[in-house]
Amino acid sequence: MKRIVSILIENKPGALARVVGLFHQRGYNIETLNVGPVFDGTYSRMTVTTRGSENDVEQITKQINKIIDVIKVSDLTEGDHHEYEFIMIKFKHSKKIQEILKSLNGKIHEKNKDAMVMSAWGSSSEIEAAIKFIGKVNLLEIARSGSIGLHEGEKVLKI
Amino acid sequence: MKLSGGDLLMRALKDEGVKFIFGYPGGAALHIYDSIFKQKVCEHILVRHEQGATHAADGYSRATGKPGVALVTSGPGATNAITGLATAYMDSIPLVVISGQVQSHLIGTDSFQETDMIGISRPVVKHSFIVQNTQDIPQIVQEAFHIATTGRPGPVVIDIPKDKTDPSELFEYKRAKEISLRSYQPRVLPHPGQIKKASKKILSAERPVIYAGGGVILGNAHKELILLNKLLKAPVTNTLMGLGAYPAKDKYFMGMLGMHGTYQANMAMHNADVIIAIGARFDDRITNTPAMFAPNAKIVHIDVDPASISKIINADIPIVGQVKESLIALIKEIKRSKIKIDSDALDNWNLQISQWQEKHGLDHELYLKKNASKMILPQVVVQELYHATNGNAWVTSDVGQHQMFVAQYYHFNKPRRWVNSGGLGTMGFGLPAAMGVKLAFPKDDVVCVTGEGSIQMCIQELSTCLQYNLPIKIININNEALGMVRQWQDMNYGGRHSASTYSDSLPDFVKLAESYGHVGMKVTKKGDLKKTLDKAFSMKDRLVFVDVYVDPNEHVYPMLVAPNGSMKDMWIKKNVKA
Repeated sequence: MKRIVSILIENKPGALARVVGLFHQRGYNIETLNVGPVFDGTYSRMTVTTRGSENDVEQITKQINKIIDVIKVSDLTEGDHHEYEFIMIKFKHSKKIQEILKSLNGKIHEKNKDAMVMSAWGSSSEIEAAIKFIGKVNLLEIARSGSIGLHEGEKVLKI
Repeated sequence: MKLSGGDLLMRALKDEGVKFIFGYPGGAALHIYDSIFKQKVCEHILVRHEQGATHAADGYSRATGKPGVALVTSGPGATNAITGLATAYMDSIPLVVISGQVQSHLIGTDSFQETDMIGISRPVVKHSFIVQNTQDIPQIVQEAFHIATTGRPGPVVIDIPKDKTDPSELFEYKRAKEISLRSYQPRVLPHPGQIKKASKKILSAERPVIYAGGGVILGNAHKELILLNKLLKAPVTNTLMGLGAYPAKDKYFMGMLGMHGTYQANMAMHNADVIIAIGARFDDRITNTPAMFAPNAKIVHIDVDPASISKIINADIPIVGQVKESLIALIKEIKRSKIKIDSDALDNWNLQISQWQEKHGLDHELYLKKNASKMILPQVVVQELYHATNGNAWVTSDVGQHQMFVAQYYHFNKPRRWVNSGGLGTMGFGLPAAMGVKLAFPKDDVVCVTGEGSIQMCIQELSTCLQYNLPIKIININNEALGMVRQWQDMNYGGRHSASTYSDSLPDFVKLAESYGHVGMKVTKKGDLKKTLDKAFSMKDRLVFVDVYVDPNEHVYPMLVAPNGSMKDMWIKKNVKA
């Protein structure tokens, strides 16, 4: 089952490598990874999507929690949550691609005589479906932000 | 007064109470070595290989309970320290390993003796620091010791670029009164609700077993463990790392459990209805096939590390907390409880265990038997050693058959006396570890039980022992082969001894010991064993290397049947399953 793990971590050199290294060390895969500084900039929030059973994810979150730089870990998929992913695509003019992206809050950033650049965002399953549907024809380049998410309701991952 | 980075480091180590630094100098560490020269508080022990430095610091820590400190230079110095770091990491030993690093502006340029120590050590340390500002050194040292010694202990690396110890750049020394890290607050006290549940479950048990591991020793909770069992009167087993946590002479002690555990300990685990796991982690050398582990047991698991709980075996009642505090709470709750122990059930259970012991227990009097074998049996060497030292020695070991024989036959009644690499299984650990122990307890007998395979992995430390006058006794159980490898080849590979023998090319260990300035003794006849050991231990101020030739065909038993076996499935002797 797909899991979204959110991690609040010290924004220090090497902290990201400790988390990424741990996934490999303990035999788990990272599907997507997003990281950026939050609050006063001394913290970072990471969002990792991975696959595993409930036991696997319990073990992953416990092991991540042991990393000294990690402040809090939460498995968003345990409860209700919001989750989105952002993509940017460069493609040769294609009505099909343009329409797919438009249906996902698409925005045109650049348009020239051969190609265009668009962004879009949606739930990761929507993004996955869109990428599949777009296929390879006319596609030049694609970048994904990886999932980010928040708990629904009152629950928060804060200092 | 303002200090250089090197002097800040030494001042910080002094304030942490460090007595010994085990190390080896090199370019990137030279400023630090100059600072060492200028002070008198910390004694530097010059090893002959950085692996020896980390193992010696580790041995010192295991014996004293204090953190061990090692200092190495960049590049090969740092990489040589990795095995020792991994050894300490697997057994949760608090070490602070300081590595020199190339100058900051050279980092990333493949400069001479450069290696990414933070990166290369990451999977085998609890935490690591790289010094970016010289004035941070005191705080980093303080944080490193705090992290290494609290919660589940472990090794910490401090990587110091050479320019951060430049003698011409001076800074104020500042030490914080207390260390508090917003991202690190290990749990100390157990949850009272869990303690209540555990007490209820334990008191209503008919076939309880206490399964105690290295966490009891690391957490200084052996007295509490004894107190707990004064109330419970349950059979107790210790893991390889836990030997000494519960006194071996106690009538409720069943010996070690697991791969080479005693028949009664493994049978008791398999048939238990409640297993009280204390500071133990259900390692694969304990559980055998996890799906077949103790089918009828409810598990109470006390551990300071939440990630150890329900990792391999699901815990019915998890208790996260320091072992000592958790046991104190549990004892209090049991005393307060109205539930009475079922004494009849417990008597039957203890009777059953003694019957198992009679049936297939270890023979602790092999040394008295004249005809057990024509050659010296390795088990007998350990039994004779036990008597020669009155069971009071500090014993380190390397890895393999000799390690298991010590675990089985040297009865440890006190914690910390048994020093071995349980988790990583590092050959070469025994001699340098013994140096650390001997420095801490110079008047006591310190023995390194080893094999002719293991001892050659860190043999160079014999030179260190001469320089610092460390009269360790080395008992080399010499079967002219990598015994445990050969045992597996006998049992699983049709006796094809692939790359496990070298009888034609072993050194003359007596001459070797002598050339290092020590005393060497060789024993080949049964009749000479006892008197040679007595003679060796009478030479209080000399390192004696006793090379004992033993029966090369001897195997370690019991041995769990694997794969697809449970804890009740054991080889009892050659070709015989219980």
